[in-house]
Amino acid sequence: MAHQFAVRVDVSHLPGILDPQGVTVERALPALGYHNVSGVSIGKTVDLTIEADDEAAARTQVDEMCRKLLANPVIEAYTITICALTSA
Amino acid sequence: MSVHVGIVQFPGTNCELDSAWALEQLGATTEILWHGDKTVKNVDAVVVPGGFAHGDYLRTGAIARFSPVMDAVSAFAAEGGPVLGICNGFQVLTEAGLLPGALQKNAGLKFKCEMSTLVVATTNSALTNQATVGQELRIPINHFEGNYTCDAETLAELHAEDRIVVRYQQNPNGSLDDIAGVCSAGRNVVGLMPHPERACESILGSTDGVVLLESFLAAAGVTARA
Repeated sequence: MAHQFAVRVDVSHLPGILDPQGVTVERALPALGYHNVSGVSIGKTVDLTIEADDEAAARTQVDEMCRKLLANPVIEAYTITICALTSA
Repeated sequence: MSVHVGIVQFPGTNCELDSAWALEQLGATTEILWHGDKTVKNVDAVVVPGGFAHGDYLRTGAIARFSPVMDAVSAFAAEGGPVLGICNGFQVLTEAGLLPGALQKNAGLKFKCEMSTLVVATTNSALTNQATVGQELRIPINHFEGNYTCDAETLAELHAEDRIVVRYQQNPNGSLDDIAGVCSAGRNVVGLMPHPERACESILGSTDGVVLLESFLAAAGVTARA
Protein backbone atom coordinates (compact mmCIF):
# COMPACT_ATOMS: atom_id res chain seq x y z
CA MET A 1 0.00 0.00 0.00
CA ALA A 2 1.28 3.45 -0.92
CA HIS A 3 2.06 5.97 1.77
CA GLN A 4 2.39 9.71 1.58
CA PHE A 5 5.64 11.44 2.36
CA ALA A 6 6.39 15.13 2.72
CA VAL A 7 9.67 15.92 1.02
CA ARG A 8 11.88 18.99 1.25
CA VAL A 9 14.70 19.43 -1.25
CA ASP A 10 17.28 22.07 -0.38
CA VAL A 11 19.32 23.22 -3.37
CA SER A 12 22.54 25.13 -2.75
CA HIS A 13 25.59 26.22 -4.72
CA LEU A 14 28.42 23.71 -5.02
CA PRO A 15 31.49 24.74 -3.03
CA GLY A 16 33.76 26.88 -5.20
CA ILE A 17 30.95 28.08 -7.47
CA LEU A 18 30.34 31.80 -7.12
CA ASP A 19 26.96 32.60 -5.58
CA PRO A 20 26.21 36.14 -6.83
CA GLN A 21 23.14 36.54 -4.60
CA GLY A 22 24.99 35.37 -1.49
CA VAL A 23 27.91 37.70 -2.22
CA THR A 24 25.61 40.69 -2.72
CA VAL A 25 23.67 40.06 0.47
CA GLU A 26 26.88 39.55 2.42
CA ARG A 27 28.11 42.92 1.15
CA ALA A 28 24.81 44.57 2.13
CA LEU A 29 24.67 43.34 5.73
CA PRO A 30 27.53 45.50 7.07
CA ALA A 31 25.61 48.56 5.85
CA LEU A 32 22.95 47.61 8.41
CA GLY A 33 25.53 47.34 11.14
CA TYR A 34 26.13 43.58 10.96
CA HIS A 35 29.90 43.35 10.64
CA ASN A 36 30.16 39.83 12.02
CA VAL A 37 28.59 37.88 9.13
CA SER A 38 30.34 35.66 6.60
CA GLY A 39 29.55 32.69 4.40
CA VAL A 40 26.18 33.94 3.14
CA SER A 41 24.77 31.48 0.61
CA ILE A 42 21.37 31.64 -1.04
CA GLY A 43 19.74 28.51 -2.33
CA LYS A 44 16.21 27.37 -2.95
CA THR A 45 13.76 25.00 -1.34
CA VAL A 46 11.38 22.69 -3.15
CA ASP A 47 8.59 21.14 -1.08
CA LEU A 48 6.53 18.31 -2.46
CA THR A 49 4.34 15.41 -1.42
CA ILE A 50 4.95 11.99 -2.92
CA GLU A 51 3.22 8.62 -2.73
CA ALA A 52 5.48 5.61 -2.46
CA ASP A 53 5.60 2.15 -0.91
CA ASP A 54 8.18 3.20 1.64
CA GLU A 55 10.63 5.95 2.49
CA ALA A 56 13.48 4.35 0.57
CA ALA A 57 11.40 4.21 -2.61
CA ALA A 58 10.37 7.84 -2.15
CA ARG A 59 13.99 8.89 -1.66
CA THR A 60 15.14 7.03 -4.77
CA GLN A 61 12.54 8.80 -6.88
CA VAL A 62 13.21 12.24 -5.46
CA ASP A 63 16.94 11.77 -5.93
CA GLU A 64 16.28 10.98 -9.59
CA MET A 65 14.11 14.11 -9.88
CA CYS A 66 16.92 16.18 -8.41
CA ARG A 67 19.48 14.88 -10.86
CA LYS A 68 17.16 15.32 -13.85
CA LEU A 69 15.42 18.58 -13.06
CA LEU A 70 15.32 20.09 -9.57
CA ALA A 71 19.06 20.79 -9.38
CA ASN A 72 21.76 21.40 -11.97
CA PRO A 73 24.64 19.14 -10.90
CA VAL A 74 27.10 21.40 -12.74
CA ILE A 75 26.64 24.20 -10.22
CA GLU A 76 24.32 22.95 -7.47
CA ALA A 77 24.26 20.47 -4.60
CA TYR A 78 21.07 19.21 -2.96
CA THR A 79 19.89 17.51 0.20
CA ILE A 80 16.63 15.59 0.63
CA THR A 81 14.61 15.49 3.85
CA ILE A 82 11.68 13.10 4.06
CA CYS A 83 8.87 12.87 6.60
CA ALA A 84 6.11 10.24 6.55
CA LEU A 85 2.61 11.79 6.47
CA THR A 86 0.75 8.49 6.92
CA SER A 87 1.96 5.73 9.20
CA ALA A 88 3.97 3.19 7.27
CA MET B 1 20.45 26.14 -53.10
CA SER B 2 20.02 28.23 -50.03
CA VAL B 3 20.56 26.89 -46.55
CA HIS B 4 17.34 26.09 -44.69
CA VAL B 5 17.47 26.95 -40.98
CA GLY B 6 15.05 25.72 -38.34
CA ILE B 7 14.46 28.11 -35.44
CA VAL B 8 13.13 26.55 -32.25
CA GLN B 9 10.22 28.29 -30.56
CA PHE B 10 9.31 27.57 -26.93
CA PRO B 11 6.56 29.36 -25.03
CA GLY B 12 8.42 32.51 -23.98
CA THR B 13 10.92 32.59 -26.83
CA ASN B 14 11.12 36.14 -28.18
CA CYS B 15 14.05 36.32 -30.61
CA GLU B 16 12.89 33.82 -33.22
CA LEU B 17 11.69 36.42 -35.72
CA ASP B 18 14.81 38.59 -35.32
CA SER B 19 16.94 35.49 -35.94
CA ALA B 20 14.85 34.54 -38.99
CA TRP B 21 15.09 38.07 -40.38
CA ALA B 22 18.86 38.26 -39.99
CA LEU B 23 19.46 34.83 -41.51
CA GLU B 24 17.11 35.57 -44.42
CA GLN B 25 19.00 38.80 -45.15
CA LEU B 26 22.05 36.57 -45.62
CA GLY B 27 20.26 34.36 -48.14
CA ALA B 28 18.95 31.56 -45.95
CA THR B 29 15.40 30.31 -45.77
CA THR B 30 13.95 29.71 -42.31
CA GLU B 31 11.22 27.79 -40.60
CA ILE B 32 9.92 27.92 -37.03
CA LEU B 33 10.20 24.60 -35.16
CA TRP B 34 7.52 24.34 -32.46
CA HIS B 35 8.86 22.98 -29.17
CA GLY B 36 6.06 20.41 -28.91
CA ASP B 37 6.96 18.71 -32.21
CA LYS B 38 9.36 15.79 -31.99
CA THR B 39 11.20 16.74 -35.16
CA VAL B 40 13.57 19.27 -36.68
CA LYS B 41 12.10 18.34 -40.09
CA ASN B 42 14.58 18.60 -42.96
CA VAL B 43 16.53 21.66 -41.91
CA ASP B 44 20.25 22.11 -42.59
CA ALA B 45 20.88 23.93 -39.30
CA VAL B 46 19.07 24.69 -36.03
CA VAL B 47 18.99 27.91 -34.03
CA VAL B 48 17.80 27.95 -30.42
CA PRO B 49 17.08 31.67 -30.04
CA GLY B 50 16.82 33.99 -27.08
CA GLY B 51 13.93 34.72 -24.79
CA PHE B 52 12.54 33.20 -21.62
CA ALA B 53 11.67 29.63 -22.58
CA HIS B 54 8.94 28.28 -20.30
CA GLY B 55 9.30 31.45 -18.21
CA ASP B 56 12.80 30.40 -17.14
CA TYR B 57 11.10 28.80 -14.13
CA LEU B 58 13.32 26.84 -11.74
CA ARG B 59 16.46 27.68 -13.75
CA THR B 60 16.93 29.18 -17.19
CA GLY B 61 16.50 26.43 -19.76
CA ALA B 62 15.68 23.78 -17.15
CA ILE B 63 12.15 23.07 -18.36
CA ALA B 64 12.85 23.73 -22.03
CA ARG B 65 15.36 20.91 -22.25
CA PHE B 66 12.51 18.42 -21.75
CA SER B 67 10.47 19.79 -24.65
CA PRO B 68 9.85 17.11 -27.30
CA VAL B 69 11.81 19.03 -29.94
CA MET B 70 15.00 18.85 -27.87
CA ASP B 71 15.45 15.10 -28.45
CA ALA B 72 15.38 15.83 -32.18
CA VAL B 73 17.85 18.70 -31.73
CA SER B 74 20.18 16.39 -29.77
CA ALA B 75 19.98 13.72 -32.49
CA PHE B 76 20.62 16.36 -35.17
CA ALA B 77 23.65 17.60 -33.22
CA ALA B 78 24.95 14.05 -32.73
CA GLU B 79 24.94 13.61 -36.51
CA GLY B 80 27.11 16.69 -36.86
CA GLY B 81 24.38 19.17 -37.78
CA PRO B 82 25.15 22.81 -36.89
CA VAL B 83 23.25 24.03 -33.82
CA LEU B 84 23.49 27.59 -32.53
CA GLY B 85 22.18 28.65 -29.12
CA ILE B 86 21.88 32.39 -28.59
CA CYS B 87 21.41 33.81 -25.08
CA ASN B 88 18.52 31.81 -23.59
CA GLY B 89 19.25 29.25 -26.32
CA PHE B 90 22.78 28.89 -24.91
CA GLN B 91 21.28 28.31 -21.47
CA VAL B 92 18.95 25.65 -22.90
CA LEU B 93 21.84 23.86 -24.63
CA THR B 94 23.90 23.72 -21.41
CA GLU B 95 20.91 22.37 -19.45
CA ALA B 96 20.38 19.79 -22.20
CA GLY B 97 24.01 18.70 -21.88
CA LEU B 98 24.83 19.62 -25.49
CA LEU B 99 27.33 22.18 -24.22
CA PRO B 100 29.43 22.09 -21.02
CA GLY B 101 29.08 24.41 -18.04
CA ALA B 102 26.17 26.52 -16.83
CA LEU B 103 25.02 30.13 -16.92
CA GLN B 104 24.16 31.71 -13.61
CA LYS B 105 23.15 35.14 -12.38
CA ASN B 106 25.45 37.98 -13.37
CA ALA B 107 28.02 38.99 -10.80
CA GLY B 108 26.63 42.12 -9.16
CA LEU B 109 23.07 40.94 -9.91
CA LYS B 110 22.64 43.48 -12.71
CA PHE B 111 20.60 42.84 -15.82
CA LYS B 112 22.96 43.80 -18.63
CA CYS B 113 21.59 45.36 -21.81
CA GLU B 114 24.46 46.99 -23.67
CA MET B 115 26.90 46.74 -26.55
CA SER B 116 29.82 44.42 -25.84
CA THR B 117 33.06 43.80 -27.68
CA LEU B 118 33.86 40.16 -28.32
CA VAL B 119 37.22 38.74 -29.30
CA VAL B 120 37.23 35.67 -31.53
CA ALA B 121 39.21 32.95 -29.73
CA THR B 122 39.05 30.19 -32.35
CA THR B 123 37.94 29.92 -35.96
CA ASN B 124 37.44 26.18 -35.64
CA SER B 125 33.71 26.27 -34.88
CA ALA B 126 30.38 26.43 -36.68
CA LEU B 127 30.08 30.09 -35.66
CA THR B 128 33.53 31.48 -36.48
CA ASN B 129 34.88 29.64 -39.54
CA GLN B 130 34.75 32.88 -41.61
CA ALA B 131 36.27 35.06 -38.86
CA THR B 132 39.89 35.48 -37.78
CA VAL B 133 41.43 34.79 -34.38
CA GLY B 134 41.68 38.02 -32.40
CA GLN B 135 39.01 39.73 -34.49
CA GLU B 136 36.99 42.18 -32.42
CA LEU B 137 33.23 42.14 -32.90
CA ARG B 138 30.71 44.58 -31.46
CA ILE B 139 27.69 42.49 -30.49
CA PRO B 140 24.99 43.46 -27.96
CA ILE B 141 24.23 41.50 -24.80
CA ASN B 142 20.86 41.38 -23.06
CA HIS B 143 20.75 39.03 -20.09
CA PHE B 144 20.53 38.55 -16.34
CA GLU B 145 22.00 35.07 -16.29
CA GLY B 146 25.04 35.12 -18.54
CA ASN B 147 27.71 34.40 -15.97
CA TYR B 148 29.42 31.35 -17.47
CA THR B 149 30.76 28.82 -15.02
CA CYS B 150 32.13 25.29 -15.07
CA ASP B 151 34.45 23.19 -12.92
CA ALA B 152 38.24 23.40 -13.25
CA GLU B 153 38.43 20.10 -15.10
CA THR B 154 35.94 21.26 -17.75
CA LEU B 155 37.73 24.58 -18.15
CA ALA B 156 41.04 22.76 -18.70
CA GLU B 157 39.34 20.59 -21.31
CA LEU B 158 37.91 23.66 -23.08
CA HIS B 159 41.40 25.18 -23.20
CA ALA B 160 43.12 21.99 -24.31
CA GLU B 161 40.58 21.41 -27.09
CA ASP B 162 40.41 25.06 -28.19
CA ARG B 163 36.65 25.15 -27.54
CA ILE B 164 36.28 28.69 -26.20
CA VAL B 165 34.80 30.41 -29.25
CA VAL B 166 34.44 34.06 -28.20
CA ARG B 167 35.50 36.04 -25.13
CA TYR B 168 34.41 39.41 -23.78
CA GLN B 169 37.02 42.12 -24.13
CA GLN B 170 35.66 43.61 -20.89
CA ASN B 171 33.90 41.05 -18.74
CA PRO B 172 30.33 42.33 -18.14
CA ASN B 173 28.91 39.56 -15.98
CA GLY B 174 31.61 37.66 -14.08
CA SER B 175 31.96 34.87 -16.63
CA LEU B 176 34.82 32.49 -15.93
CA ASP B 177 37.83 33.28 -18.15
CA ASP B 178 35.77 36.04 -19.87
CA ILE B 179 33.91 33.31 -21.78
CA ALA B 180 31.07 34.57 -23.98
CA GLY B 181 30.64 31.42 -26.07
CA VAL B 182 31.83 27.81 -26.29
CA CYS B 183 31.44 24.91 -28.70
CA SER B 184 30.95 21.16 -28.44
CA ALA B 185 33.73 18.60 -28.90
CA GLY B 186 32.43 18.12 -32.45
CA ARG B 187 32.60 21.93 -32.93
CA ASN B 188 29.14 21.92 -34.60
CA VAL B 189 27.19 23.01 -31.52
CA VAL B 190 27.93 26.57 -30.42
CA GLY B 191 26.36 28.69 -27.71
CA LEU B 192 26.95 32.33 -26.85
CA MET B 193 25.24 34.93 -24.68
CA PRO B 194 25.57 37.94 -27.05
CA HIS B 195 23.06 38.39 -29.88
CA PRO B 196 24.70 38.32 -33.35
CA GLU B 197 21.25 38.55 -35.00
CA ARG B 198 20.89 42.03 -33.50
CA ALA B 199 24.15 43.21 -35.05
CA CYS B 200 23.48 42.60 -38.73
CA GLU B 201 22.30 46.02 -39.93
CA SER B 202 24.09 49.35 -39.66
CA ILE B 203 20.89 51.05 -38.50
CA LEU B 204 21.13 48.86 -35.37
CA GLY B 205 24.63 50.10 -34.59
CA SER B 206 26.76 47.19 -35.75
CA THR B 207 27.06 44.72 -38.60
CA ASP B 208 29.67 42.59 -36.84
CA GLY B 209 27.19 39.77 -36.33
CA VAL B 210 27.17 39.08 -40.06
CA VAL B 211 30.50 37.22 -40.08
CA LEU B 212 29.19 34.92 -37.33
CA LEU B 213 25.90 34.11 -39.01
CA GLU B 214 27.67 33.70 -42.36
CA SER B 215 30.03 31.24 -40.69
CA PHE B 216 27.03 29.37 -39.33
CA LEU B 217 25.41 29.21 -42.77
CA ALA B 218 28.73 28.10 -44.29
CA ALA B 219 28.92 25.26 -41.74
CA ALA B 220 25.35 24.32 -42.62
CA GLY B 221 26.18 24.42 -46.33
CA VAL B 222 28.94 21.85 -45.82
CA THR B 223 26.66 19.40 -44.02
CA ALA B 224 23.81 20.08 -46.45
CA ARG B 225 26.00 19.06 -49.37
CA ALA B 226 27.47 16.03 -47.57
